[in-house]
Amino acid sequence: MSGTRLVVGPFNRVEGDLEVSLDIDDGAVQSARVNAPLYRGFETMLMGRPPSDALTLTPRICGICSISQSSAAVHALAAAGGHRPAPQGAAMAALIHAVENAADHLAHFNLFFMPDFTRPCYADRPWYDRTVERFKALEGAAPKQGIEARTALMHILGLLAGKWPHTLAIQPGGVTRAPGPRDKVRIMASLTAFRRFLEGVVFGGSLEEFAAIETPDALMAWDTGDVGLFLRIAADLDLDALGRGSGRYLSFGAYPMSSGHGFDPGLWAEGRLDPLDLSGLVEDLSHAWMLGETSHPATGQTLPDEEMRAEAYTWCKAPRLNGQTYEVGAIARQVVDGHPLARALAGGGVLARVAGRLLELARTQGLMEDLARGIEPGAAFMDPAPDVQSGTGAGLVEAARGALGHWVRVQDGRIACYQIIAPTTWNFSPRDARDVPGPLETALVGTPVAEGETTPVAVQHIVRSFDPCMVCTVH
Amino acid sequence: MNVLWLQTSGCGGCTMSVLCADAPNFFDLLDNAGVRILWHPALSVESGEEVIALLERIVRGDVPLDVLCVEGAIARGPRGTGRYQMLSGTGRSMFDWALELAPLAQHVVAVGSCAAFGGVSSAGGNPSDAAGLQYEGSHAGGILPPEFRGRAGLPVVNVAGCPTHPDWVTETLMLLASDALGPTDLDALARPRFYAEHLVHHGCPKNEFYEYKASATRLCEIGCMMEHLGCVGTQAVGDCNIRPWNGSGSCTRAGYPCISCTAPEFEEPKHAFTETPKVAGIPVGLPSDMPKAWFMALASLSKAATPERLSKNAVADRVEILPSPRKPRG
Ligand code: SF4
Ligand code: SF4
Repeated sequence: MSGTRLVVGPFNRVEGDLEVSLDIDDGAVQSARVNAPLYRGFETMLMGRPPSDALTLTPRICGICSISQSSAAVHALAAAGGHRPAPQGAAMAALIHAVENAADHLAHFNLFFMPDFTRPCYADRPWYDRTVERFKALEGAAPKQGIEARTALMHILGLLAGKWPHTLAIQPGGVTRAPGPRDKVRIMASLTAFRRFLEGVVFGGSLEEFAAIETPDALMAWDTGDVGLFLRIAADLDLDALGRGSGRYLSFGAYPMSSGHGFDPGLWAEGRLDPLDLSGLVEDLSHAWMLGETSHPATGQTLPDEEMRAEAYTWCKAPRLNGQTYEVGAIARQVVDGHPLARALAGGGVLARVAGRLLELARTQGLMEDLARGIEPGAAFMDPAPDVQSGTGAGLVEAARGALGHWVRVQDGRIACYQIIAPTTWNFSPRDARDVPGPLETALVGTPVAEGETTPVAVQHIVRSFDPCMVCTVH
Repeated sequence: MNVLWLQTSGCGGCTMSVLCADAPNFFDLLDNAGVRILWHPALSVESGEEVIALLERIVRGDVPLDVLCVEGAIARGPRGTGRYQMLSGTGRSMFDWALELAPLAQHVVAVGSCAAFGGVSSAGGNPSDAAGLQYEGSHAGGILPPEFRGRAGLPVVNVAGCPTHPDWVTETLMLLASDALGPTDLDALARPRFYAEHLVHHGCPKNEFYEYKASATRLCEIGCMMEHLGCVGTQAVGDCNIRPWNGSGSCTRAGYPCISCTAPEFEEPKHAFTETPKVAGIPVGLPSDMPKAWFMALASLSKAATPERLSKNAVADRVEILPSPRKPRG
């Protein structure tokens, strides 16, 4: 196939709307443009409202990472008011958040990512029949088992957060419900059942053994469970080489608690770890249908370009830190946190992103169990925060898909400015003023496209390996 | 019965919620009821061209459409063009697609408050000019006129909620599949009566506190949240405290107020969500079907009669004073 342009969409199993334009020559993608074709306007909606309204509205940016949005809003408001939550409240908020992230990782693997390997184009591969049996969309065993395990895990959220998604249980002062001794044993029971599912079906072995893997060779030798099946496919299709990243990773640090983070914050570039410093952060608007200046989110604004000018091609702004793109997500978190396997996979493609997620799923189980064991039923779970009259604050958290930031300015008891940078805004950002493409746009270059393919399967693997959330992107 | 599911301008949370359907799982539940998913954006394998081809077959009438589920509001902006949401790969807006597909369906189901009324997608000045399918807020007529009917004769069925409860969706689909949802099974806002004939207040564990107006003053105390913390469970429709969420939950069970997410315009309460607006110290928005004077009289009487157990527990994080055992009969 030579010299053609392909517009790929609607792109499903990506949570929201996505369109990808590809220039194809010599059977491979020469350049890619990523379009988020929906504009929603949440930042504008928040202007002039009581600050606490952010706790009701921002979770509704996203139905899949609703708790992440809650938690970013909570931290932004707490920072603006100079308030600290009750330590046990912060620990429960972390547990609630970890449950959402674990559920998201599982849903991504079972429902969004793996079904692509059941496409007829793979019918001649030795792993094909097994993959169809396990992962066929809507019908396979794995999607059903996955949602059942997820549903049961989320009973923890019924107890602690009332419902999922869209809870008001997490507040700047802590959480609205103090768990008692019976909640604690019930939560442990749900976690144990989830562990049994992960070990029995997903990993086919001990989570601690999986989390202890340090090298890619040892990873590829893991041959049990659905993870083993995926690794067989990854080896056969060389998914490590497909859609490679820049090797620059950013993490805001997951689960901030009084005792520190569950997974540490930081920046990883050129094989070196640096502390997180966001002073050089801007959102570039050159290729987004947005008006206004390139600016730091603390002073940014969101003014949609109703003309949808021709030089721009998406509603997604382009975040750049010190002029550079960064990839975010589970692999970024695990690299920054210093896990040896993640560090060894750094810069990799589809395999690295998916393995990073599986590694994190295994590690998160232990983290959730520790948090549940640490529940002190007699403690205070809330130290109520006074209403914020004026101040500025940033809420930096990690959604399943990566770094999520809320920046708020409160004036006279009302929201004067609210800016959000979602994980997929980083990963699926468009070109910037220097014409540097975003991480997905870069990762797609060189992707093989077979003759006659209209929705190239390799492109789909790469896109979904990022676990994009478009509804967040276009808040 | 086949179902085409589209996600318009929303958060995708209703799908995420529906996947929490308990026993049997969502897929088996629908399959067992003879409900077949033609395409769902989060669940089906088909992407790109394959989806466009399916939509074209539906438009041509080659594939009859039994149910069109729409999740999310419809963005009509900028300036009525609908270009704030284009259906990828088609060069056409979702607004356009929704108008084309709705009249082809036997039933149109609005999944969630955005699709029903506009919901949060239309909050705060409505920057994307979003509307529901057949309502704009509480006004009849959304992108479809008030007189619109699906081919089988029902208005758009509004499975409102933010998010909607998994069972509200699955039971609506199962009722439609068994031809058991008629016009009289819907309330005045076309919400299925099986959940809209209840109030959130029904079965709330804080009912005893409510009876005595023993009220929580802060979000963490276990008293009733009507007087100070914005709870509108006495006016909000939904069986949230009768059939629980995610195992055993509900908003009020988790210690935060019901904000009536099943109602049009819940996103604009005109006060902070977690505060009760008051006039001269008296909460406005008392139960809608009770004379105010009576309410006030009953409230002051019951306040005076509040047992210490309730007045103390109401402002505590957990039960501090236990119900006292009956004295043994002498
Ligand atoms: S908290 Fe709300 S729903 Fe519960 S009893 Fe009070 S008013 Fe009713
Ligand atoms: S309790 Fe109220 S706010 Fe909560 S889900 Fe039910 S109707 Fe919505």
